[in-house]
Amino acid sequence: MGENQNRALFAITEYIQRHYRIKVLTYIIEHRRCVAYAARTLQTVPEEPNMETQTSAETYNYRVVRQFAIASLVWGIVGMGLGVFIAAQMFLPQLNFDLPWTSFGRLRPLHTNAVIFAFAGSALFATSYYVVQRTSQSRLISDEAAAFTFWGWQAVIVLVAITLPLGYTTTKEYAEPEWPINILIAVVWLTYAYVFFGTIARRRVKHIYVANWFYGAFIITIAILHVVNNLAIPVGWFESYSIFPGTIDAMVQWWYGHNAVGFYLTAGFLGMMYYFVPKQANRPIYSYRLSIVHFWALIATYVWAGGHHLHYTPLPEWAQTASMIMSLILLAPSWGGMINGIMTLSGAWYKLRTDPILRFLIVAVSFYGMATFEGPLMSIRTVNALSHSTDWTVGHVHSGALGWVAMISFGALYHLFPRLYGLKSMFSIPLINLHFWLATIGVVLYTVSMWINGLLQGLMWRAVNDDGTLTYSFVEAVEASYPGYVVRFIGGAFFLGGVLVMAYNVWRTVGQSETGALDDSTDAVQGANA
Amino acid sequence: MSSFWSIWISALILLVVFGCWWLLWIVRRNQPTDKVENRSVGHEVDGIEELDNPLPKWWYWMFIGLILFSLLYLALYPGLGNYQGLLGWSQTKAWEQEMERAREEYGPLFAQYAETDVPELARDGEAMQAAQRLFSNNCATCHGSAGRGGYGFPNLTDDDWIWGGSVDAIKHTLTNGRQANMPARGVNPNLSNDQLGDITEYVLSLNDRSGVDEAAAERGEPLFAQACSTCHGKDGTGNQSMGAPNLTNDTWLYGGDRDTIMETLQYGRNGHMPAQNQLSEDQIHLLTAYVYRLSGQHRNNEGAE
Repeated sequence: MGENQNRALFAITEYIQRHYRIKVLTYIIEHRRCVAYAARTLQTVPEEPNMETQTSAETYNYRVVRQFAIASLVWGIVGMGLGVFIAAQMFLPQLNFDLPWTSFGRLRPLHTNAVIFAFAGSALFATSYYVVQRTSQSRLISDEAAAFTFWGWQAVIVLVAITLPLGYTTTKEYAEPEWPINILIAVVWLTYAYVFFGTIARRRVKHIYVANWFYGAFIITIAILHVVNNLAIPVGWFESYSIFPGTIDAMVQWWYGHNAVGFYLTAGFLGMMYYFVPKQANRPIYSYRLSIVHFWALIATYVWAGGHHLHYTPLPEWAQTASMIMSLILLAPSWGGMINGIMTLSGAWYKLRTDPILRFLIVAVSFYGMATFEGPLMSIRTVNALSHSTDWTVGHVHSGALGWVAMISFGALYHLFPRLYGLKSMFSIPLINLHFWLATIGVVLYTVSMWINGLLQGLMWRAVNDDGTLTYSFVEAVEASYPGYVVRFIGGAFFLGGVLVMAYNVWRTVGQSETGALDDSTDAVQGANA
Repeated sequence: MSSFWSIWISALILLVVFGCWWLLWIVRRNQPTDKVENRSVGHEVDGIEELDNPLPKWWYWMFIGLILFSLLYLALYPGLGNYQGLLGWSQTKAWEQEMERAREEYGPLFAQYAETDVPELARDGEAMQAAQRLFSNNCATCHGSAGRGGYGFPNLTDDDWIWGGSVDAIKHTLTNGRQANMPARGVNPNLSNDQLGDITEYVLSLNDRSGVDEAAAERGEPLFAQACSTCHGKDGTGNQSMGAPNLTNDTWLYGGDRDTIMETLQYGRNGHMPAQNQLSEDQIHLLTAYVYRLSGQHRNNEGAE
């Protein structure tokens, strides 16, 4: 090739680079995407020298993690959307539409089931499958069983979403679905236990990582709670009677109900915290010792706490007292978890300035600390006499559910999504930041308005005149709660808005992926080369 | 509770509480140092390391404090099986004591009102204010805050009474409650729906309604005499001693349209006014005066004085 030709070629290349740089880049990306797509669909892989060893190495199952992660986001929007709607019904009763299916009484259990079991449940499935694989350095014991838990769980959610508005209910709080659905839940749950513990059994490391202790305790305890609480005599396809009588039924119901909080919404999410906080902060866990004490103390005391929902009832006094003191002691192990989460950041606090995902995780742990201080406080007999049946309870639950459960799930999902699509980061960090602030403002509006409403109601109900008659009739306390209901709705709308921003961000992230959805991790399981 | 279960429960509770203590103690005892040294435990998995830092001191003492408080509480209050606690506290006793205090504090006030006769008390503005509060707390849920009633709940502001509006009758209603019992198809279970339709027309005619099917009403008259008059009287003006409403004054508890009357005849009615056990005799006296006043009876006597 002559020098002139060379020079011409160089000039053309430079011209293209200058003027068509963007187009060329797009072309390259498109090209790579096509290759990746072809590789996936035709099962042919671009030739690379190391291909042989790479395909035969064991990888992690990301497919089921991805499915649950997306399900969690979708059900989060549905469940929180329902929550915002029924919050509006509290001050705009016309929104009940005078129809039984859209009345508050039927939609409220649908909301609680959707956010606890569909949203939070899917997040727990997704993260536990991810964490157990990566910390056991082993692929899930069975891809088929894992797929069954996904489709089985989605079937449960859809069945619940159909039957509850139709009015089929056992009336047990957080356990409203009727017996055929309960049997399906039990089957899915036992399969989940098989996949989880089976994977731990074939782990390649000696030590079982602390996150898995919590996930494991959550899976075992929920299995027991679910089965015992739902023991019933069926009298039709959608009707059954609890086998427990009166007060015992109430105790069993709250033993289940509070442990839905203690194990489903606490232990499971502590498992999430123990993986995603150190991972996102890239810091070691603060204290292994603290993990041991707070794990065992937490699970030993939580199972007792349910009776504090039944203060001043026909429940025997010893049971009320026992659950009250266990609830009080519970403050310490709960804060043990909070300390371990927050102190894991020591030496890396500056990362909070730039990393909104870490911010989600840390604010979640802080809300966990606040909610677990408030809980023991409310379990004290005399405090409960004021707070019981007021909106304070609703505020307390949501400071845990929105502040802790949802926030830590968002953090974990933001950490997960890029990894499940072969990317380095989410599509937009500023949008994560926007979500963070919408969510934080939402929780604050929600909890503060419910605290005010709760104290207002509690004090109005017990106020007496000089002649001993009640100062306020019930409806006056309802009227006084009106502003709080409006503020709560606004807070909820903020929170839901944040999730919609997240959905958009995830949508764009997925669109950005060159590899498309990963069914298996790109990195092989350590030490698992064939 | 048998002593076996009592011991079982106590043992379990103490096992968990002392178990927490033991766990804390053993883990703290084995700490190599009290200082935060960020030494690794030695496991590392998926890039996460764990440090062997000591339990935070303030947290340790908070935990111990909570356990001590719980043990103290268990000593003072009923918690360990059959053991009743040093304070002898029970929720029933607590409630009784509070009620006793309230009786002592507020009793004299109501006792003072009880000395006045109902018609006179009904004209005492201050007394009626206290009475209104009693009414709002105990009666308004069903009868409405203005006492005008609603579907199935009598209007207390007219002078039409189902069980009687005399002072004694009102007091009796409040003290013992009332249970209405209108049987389906009156006292003749063999009546056909067509015959009930005839009775409906007759009842409508008793109220001088327009658009009544005269022929049907005529057929209904003897049927009414047979099935309804035992309680509602031959002329349909009712009987307060049985709580049988007057059917001729166009005042209705469940509605006076054709369909509702038919429904009442077909299925019967069982209105229930609960006895106000939660109120003292003196409070019921005051409330009687309020209900008496609601119906406007206090004005009837004004001219007489």
